[in-house]
Amino acid sequence: MLKTILIPLTLLLAAVGVQASEAGYPLDHMEPDVHDQPSLQRGMQTYMNYCMGCHSLQYQRYKRTGDDLGIPDALMLEHLVFDPETKVGDLITNNMSTENAKKWFGAAPPDLTLHNNLKGGPDWIYTYLRTFYADSKRPLGVNNLVFENVGMPHALLDLQGTQNFVCKQVPRLAANGGDMRDSLTNEYITEELCGNELVERGYSPLELIEGSGSLNVAEYDQVVYDLANFLYYMAEPARLERTRVGWYVLLFLAFFYVFAWLLGREYHKAFHK
Amino acid sequence: MAKLEQQFKDIMRWVDDRLPVTETYEKHMSKYYAPKNFNLWYIFGVLSFVVLVNQLLTGIWLTMSYTPTGDGAFKSIEYIMRDVEYGWLLRYMHSTGASAFFVVVYLHMFRGLMYGSYQKPRELIWVFGMLIYLALMAEGFFGYLLPWGNMSYWGAQVIVSLAGAIPVVGDSLAVWVRGDFNMSGITLNRFFALHVVAVPIVLLVLVVLHILALHEVGSNNPDGVDIKKHLDEDGKPLDGIPFHPYYTIGHDVPAIIMFLIVFSAVMFFFPDGGGYLLEHPNFEPADPLKTPNLIAPVWYYTPYYSMLRAATFPLFGMTAKFWGLVVMAGAIAILFVVPWLDKSPVKSMRYKGLPSKMFLTVFVICFFILGYLGTVHPTPMRTIIAQICTAIYFAYFLLMPWYTSVEKTKPVPDRVT
Repeated sequence: MLKTILIPLTLLLAAVGVQASEAGYPLDHMEPDVHDQPSLQRGMQTYMNYCMGCHSLQYQRYKRTGDDLGIPDALMLEHLVFDPETKVGDLITNNMSTENAKKWFGAAPPDLTLHNNLKGGPDWIYTYLRTFYADSKRPLGVNNLVFENVGMPHALLDLQGTQNFVCKQVPRLAANGGDMRDSLTNEYITEELCGNELVERGYSPLELIEGSGSLNVAEYDQVVYDLANFLYYMAEPARLERTRVGWYVLLFLAFFYVFAWLLGREYHKAFHK
Repeated sequence: MAKLEQQFKDIMRWVDDRLPVTETYEKHMSKYYAPKNFNLWYIFGVLSFVVLVNQLLTGIWLTMSYTPTGDGAFKSIEYIMRDVEYGWLLRYMHSTGASAFFVVVYLHMFRGLMYGSYQKPRELIWVFGMLIYLALMAEGFFGYLLPWGNMSYWGAQVIVSLAGAIPVVGDSLAVWVRGDFNMSGITLNRFFALHVVAVPIVLLVLVVLHILALHEVGSNNPDGVDIKKHLDEDGKPLDGIPFHPYYTIGHDVPAIIMFLIVFSAVMFFFPDGGGYLLEHPNFEPADPLKTPNLIAPVWYYTPYYSMLRAATFPLFGMTAKFWGLVVMAGAIAILFVVPWLDKSPVKSMRYKGLPSKMFLTVFVICFFILGYLGTVHPTPMRTIIAQICTAIYFAYFLLMPWYTSVEKTKPVPDRVT
């Protein structure tokens, strides 16, 4: 009888699938690490400098963030809080009015405190911020692979540089699913693919203009990783404590169970004699 | 020591003369004889009680920091999660507890169906149990609106607007329930009142009635035999043992700890349950202008939600939505009359015939399939599967008088095995 319950339940859990963005672009995976304080600190630094002007973190306080990230209050107030009126115990809000924001971008920039939980988790932010490309048809000159026709400008353009949406010469697909090669020269036989065809074959349809940004690809990926990691922390600051306390609780219960079971066994003996 | 004991006895005598404390304790605990052949399935009643206490306690503490207004509700949840000491723990205990409540209650109900625990003379226990289930569904529904997330908002919107499918009075009824023309802070406030005061009182009264009715007739057991038929010289059932301490300490305490281990593992390490326990769209505040991509209720309602959506065509001049409502209400209502649908001379599935076993198995599988379908977008194929499963769901109950009376049953032993 137990099987009739467990089998469908297992199937149900297995149905929880892999994430892709709304636009169908496959998300690059990143492994967040809320214990990596330097990464979180760099993430917050980038956030405060590049994102905060438009995107508040209105449910979280500076103080709490500093305590969790190992940033002393004085350092936080000096380097990460730009409004002299703001106190360290205040919520992380900004001064952009919804009305103005709508006028400027077509939609008010959302608060990002809980953003990580809304879309495809840290993978979404990590991929989104690396897939902006130049598009003259858009009012702000950029478009995005993950979030098509997004109203947001590429805030990290100075760091990453400009990416163009291009067609690329890539190896043809062989009958066995691998890359096709010339049987005489052993060289790849290529074809030109564009847009979604490239994505389907696992190639990026974007190409960076060398030297247009201040960081190289690896450095920029690290900046975005740190930012995604910070937003992952931000969505649930209790995560740090939750997992730590969780192990103690489980250990205690397991220990308690042994004695409860031993005591229970004595009573069992009494009534099954 | 002896003096202390004497003092205690004196105090108890004084109290007992005025309030039957000892008598009640003996009737329901130390001299309540439960069959000695209980198996693991008999733990879910106790676990339901544990979860109920968890919900009440964490609920009280959450109320201390929660703001039941359209502007403040969502913010106050995040305040609890970030600024209240151990607020995250209280909230996760409550949100995971809600799902755990339904897990244990569903298993408890399944046990009842499997071992015929609803059969004479336990019809009232079953009916009170079903009322508890109904109250629990109402409690869960009202509570789900309180975080005032976007899924809270739209989920409640979909369910309340169902009232609009009732002919003539429907629309006014929906307005009356909401207290507004749309879901609003007014609705939130009344749902809060119902969730923290009205329904919990009803639940507690029903739980007391459920247990009183149980202790009046005694517990059923996996063999479905009556332990009161064979008594010893003191008039105690030969196959029974006192509930306390044999079941409480011998059986329940280890099982409760085991349950808490599973519960804690989920709560501390997967509190959102992959989006099934806390749904992703609920991480943004309610927005009447932004409908979530997929509106799905929390998992414990999804079997009924599937049945609601399975009605796809109008009939007798009534809309498909109306018939969906009828099917959904019928699916819950039919559970109440199970004691009178089962015509079998035996109680337990152990001694019932093959048709009963097959119907119960297929019923459970269909309930799971309906539950899954309620969490995903409907497609034509999925709708057909939901319709078939809905038909099987009802067939299990409606054909019960037939298959339980014609099937060949096995002989029931005289004593428990």
